[in-house]
Amino acid sequence: MDIVKLTLTKVPGLFLEAENITPDHFAGKNAQQIGELHVHLGNQTAKISDYFSVEGKGGATAADTRIIVSGPTDKVKYIGMKMTAGEIEIQGNTDMYTAAWMAGGKIHVKGNVDSFCAIGMTGGEFIVDGNAKNYLGASYRGDWRGMQGGKIIVKGNAGSDTATFMNGGTIDIGGNVDVHLGTHAEGGKIIVRGDAKGRVGGQMVKGDIFVLGQVERMMPTYIYKGEEEAELDGKKQLFKVWIGDMGERHGKRKGEIIYGKIYIPSDGAEGIAAATHVEKKKKLTEKQLDKVKEVFKDQEPTVQQVRTYIFDSFDVDMKPMQVSRLIEGLKR
Amino acid sequence: MSEYIIKNGKVYDPKTGIKGDISDVCIKNGKIAEKVSSKAKIIDAKGKTVMAGAVEVHAHVAGPKVNEGRNFRPEDKLFTYQPTGKNTRMAGGFSIPTTFKTGYEYAKMGYTTVMEAAMPPLYARHVHEEIKDTPIIDEGAFPVFGNNWFVFEYLKNDEMDNVCAYISWLLRATRGYAIKIVNPGGSEAWGWGENCATVNDPVPYFDITPAEIVKGLLTANEKMGLPHSIHIHSNNLGNPGNFETTLDTLKIAEGVRPDNKFGREQVLHHTHVQFHSYKGDNWANFESGSKEIADYFNKNKNMTMDLGCVTLDETTTMTADGPFEHHLTSLNHLKWANVDVELETSSGIVPYVYDPNIKVCAIQWCIGLELGLLAKDPMRTFITTDHPNAGPFTRYPRIMKWLMSDKTRQNMLKGFKNSDKVIAATNLASIDRELTMYEIAQMTRAGPARSLGLYNIFGGLAPGMDADVAVFNIDEDRIEDPEDIEKAFSAADCVFKSGTMVVENGEVISNGNKRTLWVDAKIPMNQQVKRDVQMKFLKFYSMNLNNYEVSNHYVPNPYVIEVDN
Repeated sequence: MDIVKLTLTKVPGLFLEAENITPDHFAGKNAQQIGELHVHLGNQTAKISDYFSVEGKGGATAADTRIIVSGPTDKVKYIGMKMTAGEIEIQGNTDMYTAAWMAGGKIHVKGNVDSFCAIGMTGGEFIVDGNAKNYLGASYRGDWRGMQGGKIIVKGNAGSDTATFMNGGTIDIGGNVDVHLGTHAEGGKIIVRGDAKGRVGGQMVKGDIFVLGQVERMMPTYIYKGEEEAELDGKKQLFKVWIGDMGERHGKRKGEIIYGKIYIPSDGAEGIAAATHVEKKKKLTEKQLDKVKEVFKDQEPTVQQVRTYIFDSFDVDMKPMQVSRLIEGLKR
Repeated sequence: MSEYIIKNGKVYDPKTGIKGDISDVCIKNGKIAEKVSSKAKIIDAKGKTVMAGAVEVHAHVAGPKVNEGRNFRPEDKLFTYQPTGKNTRMAGGFSIPTTFKTGYEYAKMGYTTVMEAAMPPLYARHVHEEIKDTPIIDEGAFPVFGNNWFVFEYLKNDEMDNVCAYISWLLRATRGYAIKIVNPGGSEAWGWGENCATVNDPVPYFDITPAEIVKGLLTANEKMGLPHSIHIHSNNLGNPGNFETTLDTLKIAEGVRPDNKFGREQVLHHTHVQFHSYKGDNWANFESGSKEIADYFNKNKNMTMDLGCVTLDETTTMTADGPFEHHLTSLNHLKWANVDVELETSSGIVPYVYDPNIKVCAIQWCIGLELGLLAKDPMRTFITTDHPNAGPFTRYPRIMKWLMSDKTRQNMLKGFKNSDKVIAATNLASIDRELTMYEIAQMTRAGPARSLGLYNIFGGLAPGMDADVAVFNIDEDRIEDPEDIEKAFSAADCVFKSGTMVVENGEVISNGNKRTLWVDAKIPMNQQVKRDVQMKFLKFYSMNLNNYEVSNHYVPNPYVIEVDN
């Protein structure tokens, strides 16, 4: 396997669109030819060699080509777009659309990625050691074909709208996800090892979502079906299962209606917490009230300041109106 | 204006009856001329094909639903944009291209006149704004009448004079070209959550049947002597077994003689017949009814049709047939847009993927081509895709290839995943007819122009006609590979629009002098109709009458077809 080393030598002023950084484009080219490939910068077109130093050469085919991208690549978009084979290793962070419409091969990002990564992915493997932002493995705007195959592993957290319109493949997120997980999904498997913020599986037709942490609030269109054994990470476990989305159409197989399923581990305390909406305490104790008085003594704090302080210090979620009255009381 | 002489090309022109003879075409002052002076610029067309500029009879290229399609399908534009060129503006989109791309692509294929097939009168201003922004090609638009409350009420009361006066007023108010009928009665019934599946299903409240609507508008059209006949998309589109409904609709026009001064020979144009030629009871035993439909067309000379060929692409369906689009979204579960246009019509949009691996799609592909091959008179059968419903218009060259090459068709047929089932359900495998270049000229130039009543200015190369000429780099007698047909027709060697060279070597070099065609039927508005219009606007319309009519600045370069009564 031949290796091409790209090192970012000049941080671009605008975002650099580098859809040519794929093994498919590099295969069969030497360092100079690779340097000649174009990148876009706003409405300007430049060459890869204008921004990167290029070492090594591409292999005979895409599968024989490994690309190592290093340097401060935070502002580089579209790396590995539509790649079909070979490998890319990115040592830092990258911007949006990394691995978009990827069909095969492997991309390993050691840092973080921005939004819209691996959208419309059909195959291959996309590994992120850091966090991913929104729309990971989702569909392009307006499209109904999100991730259809392959595997995405994010070791950190993912943002909102992960796996929108997912139709196949696997997404494995080590940390937490924000709202709207697996919206409109029609297949595939999502594993969230941390917590899911809410609105999980909205309008999901088919597919499996495992949340090993807590689902902040289950969609009202999901029905608790009972405990069920399912396999995860090679071993069988007992899960609490919700089916839905009841507001959507669902297909039938062997006379049985196929629903989207949300799995939450039976043994975890968080799992039980997820089942019932967690009501936060709403009142302060005398002792806590004194503390608040002391902190905001001789000040004119805003409602937001006081409310945040109370939430952070005592884990009490007060309504703004309550806080407002509290401040009035403090003044007197 | 400059003079041109296109020398030594193989000319195919049904108007003058030239069938591939080597001949010269002269252009002077924007018209075809007998001869030109020695100063004329010579264009060598040796070994090339010369035809008149093509005429599109039915495409959805401008207006609110086309624009809504653009709005709600960003994925259709992805990776399609071309940056600004020397003579072109930035343009993109595939099944619903931008107005600029629409103009450029039509011109590159040698098309110089295009008819927008369904204009909701309420949004006529929007249609004309987009037409104005579509470069090069001459355009007209057909307002829809088949679900109009005025028409329903006048027809129900048997007030033919009022129907004519209303049509005349609406054509003028919307700068429209012809009477379009979409799912007569059905789109209005959709307002009640119903549809008209046969020609005898009454419309709720109005209690009028599709057959009465079609008959009434047909009679009005001939009474007024409009250049085009009624242009109909009949009931029950896209359902298995609908060929009977189609035949019932066509029978309404049986024996009626055309009455006009424009050389039009038909009284009814049935559009995208492919969608209306299905046999079977359900999608499992779905099969082609093209034989029955083509036989009927062959026997009845007072009708024309366009094909609506499926091109097996991912496209966007859009029609004023609201109930059909709702039906379609429940079949393919993709996104759906829907609108009710007050007293006039309805509309819907759904993306659709014609997948060659799906049996039904492959059968639809066969039916479109079968109709083109089984129809005996190419002057009455026109190539369309009902753009963008069965495929984008940019696929016309591919359809020409399929129609002209039996080998390509049979290879396609054999390559389908459900090949045996598709062949069993269709007639295409047993048809070996290959259309000639002359027949293609009839189906895309002379035929559509005659049916639109424009055969004295467009669609031919007789002296005095508009100098719309296209030269293609292909020689009918030396076609080695059928792919060459598609290649040649996709990018014309050169195209003239009203005597201006707009395309050279497949590239747009001028934005031409685009005109908007509309029909002034000149029937004065009577007091009854005037009062009814005012009352309806006061009572029901969300718009003021003064904001309804298309004023002149929307149509900066009109070409008015005046009807002498």
